[in-house]
Amino acid sequence: MSMTRGITSRAHPLWLAYILHRLSGVGLALFLPFHFWILSLALTSPARLDGFLAFTEIGIVKLAEFGLVFLLAVHMFGGLRLMAMEWLPWTPPQKTLAAGATALSFLIAALFLMQAV
Amino acid sequence: MLSLRLYMLQRITALLMAPLVVGHLAVMIYAIQGGLSAAEILGRTQGSVAWFLFYGLFVVAVSIHGAIGLRTVMHEWGGLKGAALEAAMWIIGFGLFALGARAVWAVTFA
Repeated sequence: MSMTRGITSRAHPLWLAYILHRLSGVGLALFLPFHFWILSLALTSPARLDGFLAFTEIGIVKLAEFGLVFLLAVHMFGGLRLMAMEWLPWTPPQKTLAAGATALSFLIAALFLMQAV
Repeated sequence: MLSLRLYMLQRITALLMAPLVVGHLAVMIYAIQGGLSAAEILGRTQGSVAWFLFYGLFVVAVSIHGAIGLRTVMHEWGGLKGAALEAAMWIIGFGLFALGARAVWAVTFA
């Protein structure tokens, strides 16, 4: 009890890891139906698919794609950290792992953006 | 469904998807170079059993994972419970699977 006195849960870096995991998950779930629908245009209307892909050439759309790639990467690395915490016998510094997961995701998303532009 | 079963399914689909996500990230970074076109995407995926299995498995896993994940969020943040919560989970799961299966089919064997 004394250890947690004065610390609100949201002040902890791992609360940020939790909220990032949750929001990235919700974001990905909301994006997926749209993603699937666009791909299905290959079947129903290839011209519209090409029209949409041309739309992704716009700079701001590429920035949005960067965001989506980051969400996917950070949800995966954050999820791996979570499972490591739950299942593996050792207890490594979780804050460092969470920060590492975010940094690595940012790196992957930045690599994507560099190839995209 | 039992919460232990949901918990295990969520972890199993997560572990299954980890390598698929790494593959998907790599393909995205590779494919985005020089822009995307329908012909380029279809040239890679059409008639390919390997891509059908890769993305087919991905769709099955993400439908289960997304439905269970949103179930937790709907319960914790939305206050949904009981039959409504169960129904919402199944609708999301089947909805994602139907849309995803159609997309995979569209770019592989349609």
